[in-house]
Amino acid sequence: MSLVLATKNIDKYFKKPVLFHVLKDISFQIKKGEFASIMGKSGSGKSTLLYILSTMDTDYTGELFLNNELVTGKRASELSRIRNKNIGFVFQFHYLLSEFSVLENVMLPAKKLAEKSTAEIEHDAMEKLKMLHIGHLAKQRASRISGGEKQRVAIARALINNPSILMGDEPTGNLDSYNSENVFQIFKQLKEEQGLSLLVVTHDLDFAKRTDRIIEMEDGKIIPSMNG
Amino acid sequence: MINWKVILNIAKTHLITKMKSTVTAALGVTFGIGAYITLVSFMTGLNQMLDSLILNQTPHIHMYNEIAPSTQQPVSLYAEYRDAVHMVHHIKPKKGQKKIHNALPILNYLKADKNVKGATPQLREQLFYLSGSIELGGNLVGVDIMEEVRLSNFRDYIVDGSPEALKNNENGILLGAGLAKKMSLTTGDRVQISTIRGHVFPLKIVGIYQSGIADIDNIQSYANLSTVQRITGEVENYITDINIKLHHIEMAPAIAHRLEKQFQIQAVDINEANAQFETGSNIRNLITYAVSITLLIVAGFGIYNILNMLIYEKMKDIAILKATGFSGVDVQLIFMSQAMIIGVLGGGLGLLLGFILSRLIDTVPFKTEALPTITTYPINYNPWYYLIGIAFALIATFIAGYLPSAKAKRIDPVRIIRGT
Repeated sequence: MSLVLATKNIDKYFKKPVLFHVLKDISFQIKKGEFASIMGKSGSGKSTLLYILSTMDTDYTGELFLNNELVTGKRASELSRIRNKNIGFVFQFHYLLSEFSVLENVMLPAKKLAEKSTAEIEHDAMEKLKMLHIGHLAKQRASRISGGEKQRVAIARALINNPSILMGDEPTGNLDSYNSENVFQIFKQLKEEQGLSLLVVTHDLDFAKRTDRIIEMEDGKIIPSMNG
Repeated sequence: MINWKVILNIAKTHLITKMKSTVTAALGVTFGIGAYITLVSFMTGLNQMLDSLILNQTPHIHMYNEIAPSTQQPVSLYAEYRDAVHMVHHIKPKKGQKKIHNALPILNYLKADKNVKGATPQLREQLFYLSGSIELGGNLVGVDIMEEVRLSNFRDYIVDGSPEALKNNENGILLGAGLAKKMSLTTGDRVQISTIRGHVFPLKIVGIYQSGIADIDNIQSYANLSTVQRITGEVENYITDINIKLHHIEMAPAIAHRLEKQFQIQAVDINEANAQFETGSNIRNLITYAVSITLLIVAGFGIYNILNMLIYEKMKDIAILKATGFSGVDVQLIFMSQAMIIGVLGGGLGLLLGFILSRLIDTVPFKTEALPTITTYPINYNPWYYLIGIAFALIATFIAGYLPSAKAKRIDPVRIIRGT
């Protein structure tokens, strides 16, 4: 089975306030269509790892492969393009552009990619919104909708360019149990119906347990686990 | 690669949602540019007026016979004394005439020259104006009046009467305004003049001449060349000065130099005669630009400040844009285009404001004794200043926008998103 994401011997140090070895020799792989979660205590380096995987953090040693292509050492503009096209990201806080409408928020990454016409992009964006049952909010200002709705808009935005992998940094961390369940169901549906690969950092053990695989981290290392 | 439509759309949305800040920043530029246009139009208008006040009365080249001692004294002609030290005490100017030798052939020669717009003969004579028992010293200048009118704005300085009236009256005089005031004379009156030799002539005042320069108006009057020749008892070719107007003023020094050589005569060009006016205008221009640039720098700081604040407010948006695939350059362009939109709008309005203020000043009455032709404040509507103004606005906003936008480009999205 082909790999969507792979790391080889990734090390990272925080230099401030004191030198700190935050990630130690991380090597692992995510297969295509896999729904994996990263768990660990605060400070175990799980978020730090996720941001390296997302190509936003380039200050590390080791190698990162995306779709079997080495992305380590590429120029910032190329990384932006890779991120734009291949990686969808959902944050703990929804982080929508509050001055824009819901629809515009979803369309923005696709407009940046500029592979389709505006009409096609708008059509796609509406599809994604409808799939997440928030089609009726399209024309609302992003600042006017509820927290759970915002997170679903953020997921729609992450999906707009049909990425290879969807990454989440505690996507349910700021939601009540009803909305958390909702988000989990959406993720599961995406995996099952569209074969999307997912990698989610979470604190929530119930959430993690229901994923295909749990990658557990402690003190900057991956703990070898029985099902891993 | 750069998707301008998306970038401009984001920039536009930012500007519209922050309307207050946008308007404040744009108004800063508007006032800066408006003040620059108004100042520079007004100042250069005044400069031109002051310059023309002097320069229009100064011929491009003035030819006359200088009274000076001979450079070669007789003693130096003796071969015997060649190696000796020459000591001559009390050297006196060479005995010669004030008149220009061969004046009429020179005039014809000049009029045939294609660089010369015109050449006018003048005869300057010292004399006295008699008012009762009082004698006022002064000059009478004999001129070819219609040629003077053609070549300079002489007509503007005749505040009463007309040049035609002088041309048609063999005994007419255009009396200096200061003289007329002193002697309580007006057009139509008669004035007695006395030559240095003591001959008295009555002349009819056909007009009043006012140059705006009191020193001239208090002593100088104009009459026909033939009239003055008759008064002084000289023949028709007796001419003391030739004034030359050229097609191109820049050629004055070269032509003056050539004429000096050719006719062995003193020929002074306008630059030599009025060097100090050039300096005056330059310094006034310098002050104008210093004030304008200061205003623009203040406006620039306004833009810098507002963009800086905007970028702090939009930190999360910037992080999001970067996380979803916008590059640092894209983010920088978003904020740069905001600065440039402010610059273009503010600058354009500034030009309009400057133009309106200039028009307003242009209508303010400005009457002064010294300037008979001026009725309102002078304004110079030179399109160059508008071009410079908008260029200034764009450059200032570019610089003011560059620094904050470069900062936005460098923002690390991970730090913002993780809140560290």
